[in-house]
Amino acid sequence: MKTGFYPGCSMKGSAREYSESLMAVAKVLGRELPEIPDWNCCGATAAHNLDRDLALALPARILAAAEKAGMDEVLVPCAACYSRLSVTRHELLDAKGSEALRARISGLIEAEYRGSAKVVNILEWLAGIGGLEGLIQAPFARKVACYYGCLLVRPAGIVKFDRPEEPQSMDRLMKKIGAEPLDWAFKTECCGAGFSISRNDLVARLSGLILDDAVARGAEAVIVACPMCHLNLDMRRPNIEKRADKKFRIPVLYVTQAIGLALGIAPKKLGLQRHKVTVRFSPAVDKSPAETLPPSGTRPGEA
Amino acid sequence: MSRGPVIQHDRQVLAERILEQTGVDVARCYQCGKCSAGCPLAADMDFPPSQIMHLLQLGDFPEFAELALRSHTIWLCLTCEICYCRCPMELDIPKLMDVLRYESLAQKKINPKAKDIISFHRAFLDSVRTTGRLFEMGQVIDYKLRSGHFLQDLLQAPWMFFVGKLHLIPERIRDRRLLKRMFARTLKAREGRP
Repeated sequence: MKTGFYPGCSMKGSAREYSESLMAVAKVLGRELPEIPDWNCCGATAAHNLDRDLALALPARILAAAEKAGMDEVLVPCAACYSRLSVTRHELLDAKGSEALRARISGLIEAEYRGSAKVVNILEWLAGIGGLEGLIQAPFARKVACYYGCLLVRPAGIVKFDRPEEPQSMDRLMKKIGAEPLDWAFKTECCGAGFSISRNDLVARLSGLILDDAVARGAEAVIVACPMCHLNLDMRRPNIEKRADKKFRIPVLYVTQAIGLALGIAPKKLGLQRHKVTVRFSPAVDKSPAETLPPSGTRPGEA
Repeated sequence: MSRGPVIQHDRQVLAERILEQTGVDVARCYQCGKCSAGCPLAADMDFPPSQIMHLLQLGDFPEFAELALRSHTIWLCLTCEICYCRCPMELDIPKLMDVLRYESLAQKKINPKAKDIISFHRAFLDSVRTTGRLFEMGQVIDYKLRSGHFLQDLLQAPWMFFVGKLHLIPERIRDRRLLKRMFARTLKAREGRP
């Protein structure tokens, strides 16, 4: 079983700490994640808002490249890219009239798309790794609000992953690393997504509602699995605070950063210093249980 | 017949095209309003999703379908998929919104309030067409030129650079020619631009 990795554009730029933390965690877990050769942008919201064929062709080229490289599944940590790749796979394989569409799109990408590579999101991938609990060095003993956003869980009939409005997969992961996932109301409410630049007034309002509820429930951190959610909740914090006319100190961590801290990886290797909102968690929060756990052989050297 | 043939033609084509391209039969919507209740931006729209459905249902009055194509709604829709998720008739409204956007673009009926949103999309795709990936800084500059919002977020750039999130040189894929051909045969062909 060969798992390929599709970083997507954000993880190379504004969300580079997501990539850094994923790689650091994968190393500890002993997993290799080779990138899909010569991958292109999935087209994101822009493509499907302006042109249907382009919105299918861009992800199809990525998936065809993964197939060609012999990858059985592709890990897509960005929720937006995951959505575009999943929707394309569905439209070209399972939807009504998919055969003709597949032929047309294969023509556009000048390669045959067969559909052999599965698309996997970050929560699915992490849940499939056994023995995570045994590698915990310093339990992430924090109250967390697991924020899934829209596209990891919807449309339910296409992604077929978790519940579309009250998902549990991230909550279960957080329990595994010693955190306390809270019950809250904004797990899958939209943050404003791709309007971060063109309509940041709307992003400030929607993201403000999310932070408001997380804070009201007593969360110490919001955990995300999407570069756009992170961008809106973290980098757009000044806009949110200005609109809400109050301060929110709650940090926003990628799921891989929270896991990385629990695995004892240094904050700098997880890219925590790149956040707008200061993260004051360190892996040394709770040292005592770490000594009672069996040491792991693959732990990076900085411990 | 008091109505002109052009409008008559438009109305039939739009309703049928939506059904044909998305499988969504607008007639099945019974106006329960769950989509509008759940939509995060319903309050900002000129017509919330259920009203868009209603406009499309009123086929005897094609000027209503026209309102849908000229609406701000279709560009504000974030494709968060909550309406589709909650629709008791399982109507894929986000997919329908995509078709309305394509029609609105093709018929040049874009709502003026959506100018910035569309500028952003175009700047995004310009970057993908030339490099194969999104070059964030290039896209933002492109967007500023298109929208005229030169001062917005000016202070974000130095901060992003400082924390290592801003690249000054784009990453480019090898097969950029294929990307150019893909754009030429899709978006550019439709817009009649090289």
